[in-house]
Amino acid sequence: MDFQTLPLLSLILWLPLAGALLLLIIFDERNVKSIALAVTLLDFVLSLGLLVGWVNDGSMQFVEDVAWLPALNIRYHLGVDGISLFLVLLTTFLGPIVVLFSWRNITHHLRSFMVLLLFQQTGMLGVFLALDLVLFFVFWEMSIIPMYFLIGRWGSERRVYAALKFFIYTMAGSALMLVAILLLYAQTGSFDWEVLRRTPLSPALQTWAFLAFALAFAVKVPLFPLHTWLPDAHVEAPTAGSVILAGVLLKMGTYGFLRFCLPLFPDVLPTFLPWIAVLALIGILYAALVALVQKDVKSLVAYSSVAHLGFVMLGIAGLSSQGLAGAVLQNVNHGLSTGALFLLVGMLYDRRHTRLLAEFGGLWKSLPAFSAFFVVVAMSSVGLPGLNGFVGEFTILLGTFQVRPVWAVLATLGVILAAWYLLTAVRGVIYGPLTNPKNATLPDLSLRERLVLIPIVILCFVIGLFPNLFFARINPAVEALRQDATRSAVVWQVPSR
Amino acid sequence: MNLPSLAFGVILPEIVVTATALLLLVVEMVSRPRRRLGQTAHAPVLITLIGLLAAAGLSLTALGGPMAEFQGMARADDLAHVLNLIVLGAAVLSVLLAWEYLPRFAGLSAEYYALLLLAVVGMMVLGKAVELITLFVGLEILSIALYVLTGFDRHHVSAAEAALKYFLLGAFASGFVLYGMALLYAETGSTFYADLAVRGQGGFFALTGLGLLLVGFGFKLAVVPFHMWAPDAYQGAPTSVTAFMAVATKAAAFVALFRLLQALPAVSAASWAPVLAVLALLTMTLGNLAALRQRSLKRMLAYSSIAHAGYMLIGLVTGTAAGLQALLYYLVVYAFMNMGAFGVVAALEPREPAALRDAEIAAAEGLFSRKPLLAVVMAVFMLSLTGIPPLAGFFGKLYLFGAAIAAGWTWLAVAGVLNSVVSAYYYLRVTVAMFMKEPAPTPGPAQPLLADSLALALTVTVLGTLLWGLFTGPWLLDLSAAVAGR
Repeated sequence: MDFQTLPLLSLILWLPLAGALLLLIIFDERNVKSIALAVTLLDFVLSLGLLVGWVNDGSMQFVEDVAWLPALNIRYHLGVDGISLFLVLLTTFLGPIVVLFSWRNITHHLRSFMVLLLFQQTGMLGVFLALDLVLFFVFWEMSIIPMYFLIGRWGSERRVYAALKFFIYTMAGSALMLVAILLLYAQTGSFDWEVLRRTPLSPALQTWAFLAFALAFAVKVPLFPLHTWLPDAHVEAPTAGSVILAGVLLKMGTYGFLRFCLPLFPDVLPTFLPWIAVLALIGILYAALVALVQKDVKSLVAYSSVAHLGFVMLGIAGLSSQGLAGAVLQNVNHGLSTGALFLLVGMLYDRRHTRLLAEFGGLWKSLPAFSAFFVVVAMSSVGLPGLNGFVGEFTILLGTFQVRPVWAVLATLGVILAAWYLLTAVRGVIYGPLTNPKNATLPDLSLRERLVLIPIVILCFVIGLFPNLFFARINPAVEALRQDATRSAVVWQVPSR
Repeated sequence: MNLPSLAFGVILPEIVVTATALLLLVVEMVSRPRRRLGQTAHAPVLITLIGLLAAAGLSLTALGGPMAEFQGMARADDLAHVLNLIVLGAAVLSVLLAWEYLPRFAGLSAEYYALLLLAVVGMMVLGKAVELITLFVGLEILSIALYVLTGFDRHHVSAAEAALKYFLLGAFASGFVLYGMALLYAETGSTFYADLAVRGQGGFFALTGLGLLLVGFGFKLAVVPFHMWAPDAYQGAPTSVTAFMAVATKAAAFVALFRLLQALPAVSAASWAPVLAVLALLTMTLGNLAALRQRSLKRMLAYSSIAHAGYMLIGLVTGTAAGLQALLYYLVVYAFMNMGAFGVVAALEPREPAALRDAEIAAAEGLFSRKPLLAVVMAVFMLSLTGIPPLAGFFGKLYLFGAAIAAGWTWLAVAGVLNSVVSAYYYLRVTVAMFMKEPAPTPGPAQPLLADSLALALTVTVLGTLLWGLFTGPWLLDLSAAVAGR
């Protein structure tokens, strides 16, 4: 089959939505889960096709470009490069996993739940694939809707508050981005990414547009001090929602910086990137300290998300080859390990209906399989060599050290703190005496739950042991990105390698 | 005057609608039916629909054709045809809303539909008027019909209050309009726009006259600070009337105002664009802020309608063809989502004849558990009104704000998007009630009543809201002729 002529990206993009529509019209409620699983699996298989036809030259691949709304020259322009490739794969990979996880523990309105999951998947894929700013914005805002309903309807006690906060924060953050997009159009006559990255923009426009874009992305990442919506959303969301939030939704923010802020506004990067780095560093340290004192495992994981995403932002702000490549890979790593942590916390919650650290301890005795997974995943998140987290964080720190050694040193403190709070969680949940009698009789992981976790753990090892499989595809795109980002007239002190 | 030489073809759609209204009254008089509450009369509805659709067909075939004038008083160009389609479409949806709804509280249905048709005629005349007296006649036809329609529910005191308020302030506004016209006439010695354009440049009377006209239209459009009547009138009127008023009156008044401003380009562009911009800012901001604290669905939608008038004003501020196209596009989109939202309100309202024709937001609680489809449809309207893609409301705002930025009104676009964020909160409250709360156990709100005609209206509007933005753009009609004011 000729992969370059097949509209592969459109198929990957729209298949989940088509599946959602199918779910709406079938009569038998019992088939809902199977269809959702089949659709997400098929989508994952399709997305593997991207690897088959891959040309490793750092350019956009599988490009589809047709006119959509001629009044403003808006195009249906899709493409994927080394920066978005693994985010697309991560999205389609987590799809079947969250469906499988929700197999039993969503008890009411399962059909609507699955429809929203599939709808969500199309929205997120669109963000990673769109190369037209309006198309991008459409997917960007569209992906708020399903998550809003997932949190608000299937979440825990404070779900309405968390859902509203999530919606309003995200929308407020991205409102000015729409104005910036229209300003870019007013000056260049195009919404097209390929055109815009080659068009010199006036410094004033670059300043305002960068700020507007950065605000939208910073809320999503989330960058300190815009992170306050995240712990609420994470803690109140149903497990599947948390996994998608941490796994993919937050990556839309870091991806936005990589795709739009760096290549489109090169002249203002020297001014603003140091500030982003400072915020990222504060986020790393502050969120780690907050995570240390959490009593609820889920909010501990939520704050660890803020800290980890800080590393990604630090890698981006350094603008070094290694830092950027590490950031791209760490996006995926965080999606895997934090996604898995949320799954594990969810499994714990399904058994005990509590997430308080104090309620647990000594689970090693009653839940050996669970404990094994928990330890491996926590280690991956901490950054133990041999697992995926190490590769990402180490590359980021290396890249950052070349540019700004002080940043790297401060960030290393964050690594130590991460080990501290995650090991505290591991100790509190798994080790120690089994004091609470309620924990003694819990059933260990079912086959379905193991099936949910095994692929993630395998992938953690694969990335940890063979990172070059990934870097080989990421690096050319990162080089292309650096060329765009450093074409500024201002000398930006980055070593050439 | 030689009758056959008159170009009646130019005002044929208006003649058709007027004839239908008169026919309805005659039929009602001849057949003298004795109807009680709760009985649905189908004949008047069908006659009305036929008349509206015939007029819409005429306007549709005229679209894209050459511009024609009727004695220099009415101009049939694409702008007028598009406005006709918007008004007629809104009227058809309003009839579908009223079909099974009206008999809940009113026995006389032919009068209702005749008045509705007359309001439509007034709006169509308003859209074609290029002469001051014609403009005034159109304005009064539509206003008087709407005063009566607002108070049509005679069982409830709030309807009477609404009608009285609307009438008093409306009459006041008409006074402003007349006085403004007099001043324009004093300056130019003519009531024809063509003469105003030549003789009315920069004169003091022209400036003041236009200002007074602006105040009058501000009342009709419910632009802040002339909006005081709107929440009461919208809440007290039958929901089918409210939906129609919110959409069609705005459309007609905007087009009329646009033509007027274009007739005096030097006066309007220099002096009035900044004033309109400030009015737009005030209107959207105050409308949204006031909507935040409403508990009644209809009152909330009334304030939301004020806010949307503010967004639409942006199109007028630009004074460009792109701005006008965006404004017309927004009016279509707004017709879909707003008529749809009022349709759901009609389904949620209590059904007793003496009850207030309104629903609290609380009445929507747990709607998803009771009527999932209705809840989803309402959520589509709410999200579209917020301006969330991929729904039509987003594209409406995209084109409006895009036109504003292209014309240099960036701060107005910023105010617009920030207002959209504020508005998200109150639209989301409805979705929270529907999806995230469960209905009160006993006695609980009554099951929503979804008649066939209402279901049809909701289907049309929800499909429009979902698909219009994705598959159409602002009309690519050449509106530059209208923009040039010739």
